[in-house]
Amino acid sequence: MPEYQNIFTQVQVQGAPEWGMDNEFNMMEERAGTPRYSTLVGWLGNAQLGPIYLGSAGVISLATGLLWFVIVGFNMLAQVGWSLPEFLRQLFWLALEPPSPQYGLTIPPLNDGGWYIIASFFLLVSVMMWWVRTYRLAMKHKMGKHVAWAFLSAIWLFLVLGLFRPILMGSWSEAVPYGIFPHLDWTTAFSIRYGNLYYNPFHCLSIVFLYGSVLLFAMHGATILAVSRFGGDRELEQIVDRGTASERAALFWRWTMGFNATMEGIHRWAWWFAVLTPITGGIGILLTGTVVDNWFIWAQEHNFAPTYLEPYGYEAYVTGGN
Amino acid sequence: MLPKWYDKWVSENPKDIFGPAILIGAVGGAVLVAALLVTWGRPLAVEAVQTGPRGTGMSVTKFVSDRATPDPTAAAYVSVAPVVPQPGDARARTAVPGAEAALGDLTAANYERLVGQMREWTGIPDLFAGEENYQTVVARSMIQMTQNLNENWEGHVNLSGQAGVNCYTCHRGQPVPTGVWFKITPVSEATAGWASVQNRTTVQSGSTSLPSDALEKYLLDGETIAVHDLESRVAQDVTDGSSPTWQNTERTFSLMNYFDNALGVNCVFCHNSRAFYDVGQNTPQWAQAQLAIGMVQELNIDYMTPLQDVLPPERLGAQGDVPKIGCMTCHKGYQRPLGGMDMVSDWPELRASGEPVYQ
Repeated sequence: MPEYQNIFTQVQVQGAPEWGMDNEFNMMEERAGTPRYSTLVGWLGNAQLGPIYLGSAGVISLATGLLWFVIVGFNMLAQVGWSLPEFLRQLFWLALEPPSPQYGLTIPPLNDGGWYIIASFFLLVSVMMWWVRTYRLAMKHKMGKHVAWAFLSAIWLFLVLGLFRPILMGSWSEAVPYGIFPHLDWTTAFSIRYGNLYYNPFHCLSIVFLYGSVLLFAMHGATILAVSRFGGDRELEQIVDRGTASERAALFWRWTMGFNATMEGIHRWAWWFAVLTPITGGIGILLTGTVVDNWFIWAQEHNFAPTYLEPYGYEAYVTGGN
Repeated sequence: MLPKWYDKWVSENPKDIFGPAILIGAVGGAVLVAALLVTWGRPLAVEAVQTGPRGTGMSVTKFVSDRATPDPTAAAYVSVAPVVPQPGDARARTAVPGAEAALGDLTAANYERLVGQMREWTGIPDLFAGEENYQTVVARSMIQMTQNLNENWEGHVNLSGQAGVNCYTCHRGQPVPTGVWFKITPVSEATAGWASVQNRTTVQSGSTSLPSDALEKYLLDGETIAVHDLESRVAQDVTDGSSPTWQNTERTFSLMNYFDNALGVNCVFCHNSRAFYDVGQNTPQWAQAQLAIGMVQELNIDYMTPLQDVLPPERLGAQGDVPKIGCMTCHKGYQRPLGGMDMVSDWPELRASGEPVYQ
């Protein structure tokens, strides 16, 4: 059926909404929203929208997240004198900036980082409550907690950036500003200030896992699509009862590179690559400035940054012209 | 339209011609583009000038067309050879009615020549003429500044051959030179501290959210440029101002962007980007820039700031500060202002303070 072989699902089935299971946790009562169908959504995935299960953690998460969002937004608006056109024009430049360095870990005035501390507190509660929600929802569905632990690895990086490292450095001014360009400026300054982050081995590892995740996702997605004509897209069945789809996929990779993952193991490969990206990245950031002051010097001491033969002979290079 | 036998043959022999046509078209088009690129070269050719050891990627890349086009204002520069004074030549003080006292010792011919060209260079027709105006007062100070530059900052203004500076180096025919700067911080309302000097698009920050007070701090206040002092965390304290902070790094970055734009270069013109902080890997141009920072600070403190009460309000910045000098004021985006043109050989009056030496 070639109609299905498209990124947009062209054949959609819409009927009575599916409510999912109800069980001993009485989840039915806490489900919110009337389910409906959307053809647009159906092109990309399941056409059914809703119901949603928020639970108490979800409600707290949304409320505190909204507070963070509003505090950041109104601070930006105040910075441009409450001018909406100016707010839109400067939106990518504006930020809610962390406190100036002299305040250390004390509570700063509201207009010099105080709002940042308050907003950050709400963001912390919001993110942690969203994590609780993923954990509890998995528990109620009697699922493994893989999603929650994977989310926690991202939260680890988030906490290193905004909580652990500023505390170790002794100043909230080390935290990341809430703004589009400002957080990019922060990132560049991070590398320049600590002697080039590219020499940080944990940064290297994080990149390996990030790019590795992309590669694995492409390989796995391509493999499954390639064997879906043999039922390979029914991955769970293929895991417990290996069929010709699995056999062909395995043979393909074994003959290509001498090694193949298994139908189940490929998902562990993907999960670990994804999870290790922020874990290693977070370790690298936590060490920067706290344990290692200059990654270039560190790399020279550990013999992996090459030293040029001196003199460098810069004088020989043409620097004239206009 | 087509013969029947053809339609019959086509209907009896159905062929998918679109697949092969698209394939041949795509592949053929790609081959054509590749062949054109190889034979004709890049449509916008670039040229890279190596600035460091091979294999380090240190080079300044520019469009060939840009590199071949000199500063357009250079062509408009007019110089007049000096008139070597003869014994008994009348001095301007006596021979020229209403001559500027500071230039009164020049011979009348050289006085007319110098003041005439100054009026051309600065686009101020009544300079040193008639009623005393503020431009005349400023000009006295600017002549001293020019002499100081040529006399005491030879290391910078004659860096690549005899160049020197005169009024035209900055003015380029405009009464107010381009590339002067004013204080623009604070840039945010309802904020204090570092939050009030950054996170806005300004003439200084451009496409970044970096601090907008870089020129003020480094080219006027004399703040030390520092991103890290290489001390360990335990020996540092970012809260008491004794150690460079994160925000100092961002402010430095803002200044570096300004340098790049003002000189038409990039980071690796002065730095090895693998270790920006390491002076040992910097190019000789870095030392020149260090010298130039000191020079600009001196110009701003000794010559520009004292003009505070001389300049009329419309010449001052939004905060009532005098226009100040930066790299851009002379360089205008080029490594060598005016392509390294000789600006002083014809003008011994501006070469040094004291009696001009004509040859």
